[in-house]
Order: sequence, then structure tokens, then C-alpha cells
Amino acid sequence: MTRLLLVIAGGLIGAPLRYIADRAVQARHDSLFPWGTFSVNVVGSLILGFLVGASSALPHNLQLVVGTGFCGALTTYSTFSYETIRLYEDRARFLAVANVTASIVAGLGSVFLGAAVSQAIWS
Amino acid sequence: MSVQHHPTDPRDPVGADRTAPPDAGRGPVDVNSLPRGPVDSDVDLRVDGRAQRAHDPVVLGAIAVGGAIGAAARYLVGLGWPTPPGGFPMSTLVINVVGCGLIGILMVVVTDVLPRTRLLRPLLGTGVLGGFTTFSTYAVDIQRLVIGGNAGIALLYLAGTVVGALLAVRATVSATRALITWRTR
Repeated sequence: MTRLLLVIAGGLIGAPLRYIADRAVQARHDSLFPWGTFSVNVVGSLILGFLVGASSALPHNLQLVVGTGFCGALTTYSTFSYETIRLYEDRARFLAVANVTASIVAGLGSVFLGAAVSQAIWS
Repeated sequence: MSVQHHPTDPRDPVGADRTAPPDAGRGPVDVNSLPRGPVDSDVDLRVDGRAQRAHDPVVLGAIAVGGAIGAAARYLVGLGWPTPPGGFPMSTLVINVVGCGLIGILMVVVTDVLPRTRLLRPLLGTGVLGGFTTFSTYAVDIQRLVIGGNAGIALLYLAGTVVGALLAVRATVSATRALITWRTR
């Protein structure tokens, strides 16, 4: 039960932060490319990669709050997919393909980078 | 809040809407000819504009509550359906694909049927579905499989989630639009 509450606490912060960050990023550019969602997904992947790289050094409760709760709610697959389909429907097909490719490449790169940094710190 | 047409303002929701038919608002409504709403289901400044205050506490509260519910549901699904080390992360795939199917239904309902509801999209879309689905766990799942020497499973999972998620959105958006067109005929 305590563990569930920790996940809930992380979700309470992560989801509105995604909205605020998405909005702030969108306000700074006019392109159709969904930079806001791209950014939160990359940043969330970086943080989760860092946590996972240090999983033996950090307490499990921290993983639940920050990893499962916060990073899980900060990042989103539903908005990412919806945007991709909407770009495709709006005939911005190049942007739709670019969104999928860039999100996966940057997301994976962030995980590897985050894990490498935390392993360098705790090993 | 201005609703006048300023074609020179790139953020103006009317000026930026290239899909609106010239006779929108007149005659029988064809759902398929309506502007399709935002590209970003969380917040799209091109469509939402400044109609919604930047940090409306009620909207933020709805997103927070929804995000907590979504994250808790994802955690519980993962507990009940754990992935063995080196195994295919089926529970995360199903969570992401189901969440994508549901956002397709929600967004069509919110843009075409209930455009005036203020909190439905923040609560259910940005909050619950955004909190339920996850990109970070998806990326970490792939990294773990690659590091553990299961590159084949990693590739299958990577592609399977993308294809499943996009097909789910496409299918539910089309089905919901078709249902609405049929109901309003």
C-alpha cells in the first residue's frame, strides 16, 4: 500500500509537469513538429536511465516515486502516438515519420546516457 | 480572448487552421469535414490558444489527479503481470497500446461531440492516459534487453509497440468518427 502511494505521489507531479513543460516548449516555436512531447519523453527517459543505472545504489522507494510514478507520468506514449497519427492525417507525413524515429532514437540514447552517468558515479 | 482572424499571427487558431472548410458552420454537419482539433492531445497552442489560462489551477489539478490514477493503474498491472528478466515486456506493451486506443476514442469525442467540456481532456487524456502510458519505461525496457544480450526481443518489442500503438490510435479514431457520423445522420 505504501508502495502504491509512492507511485501515486510521483504521478501527481509528473503529469501536470508534462503539461506545463509541453506548453512552455510550444510557446517558443511555431513548427508543427511536437517538440513539447518529444522533450518530456527524452528528459523522462534520461532520468529513468539514470535511476536504472544506479538501481543497486538507490533505495527501492526512490525508484517507485521518481521512476515508476514521476518518469512514467511525465513521459507518454498515448500523446506521442496520437500526434503521429494527426501529423499523418494532416499530410505532414515526413514529420510523422520523423517524430517516431527521432523520439525512439533520442529516448534510447537518453536511457543509455543516463545509465552510463550513474554507473560512472556509483561504480 | 480574440476570435478575429489574424492571418499574420502564426499562433492564431483560426489563421493556422488550414483544414477548416470555407462553409464551416452552415448546412448539415459532416463530421469528416470538421477541423480535426489539436495535433498534441495534451495541449496544442495552435488550437487551444490562450483560451485556456497558462496555469489554471483547476486544469492542473485535474491533470494531477488523472496522472496519479493512470500511474497507479500502470503499477498495479505491472505487479499482477510481471516481466521475467530477459523476457518480452508484454504488460508494458499492452498498457501502451490500450492507452493509445483509448486516447483515439477520447479525442474524437472531445473535439467532435463535447467541444465545450473543459476538464474531460485534461483529466482523462493528459492525466489518466498520459500517466498510464509511458515512454520512459518503454525505452528502458529496450535498453535492458539489449544489455542482457536479447537484441532480437528488444527489436521485436521496439517495433511491436510502435506499430501496435499507431494502429490502435488509427483504428479507434476512424471507428469513433464513423460511429458519430452514423449516429448524427
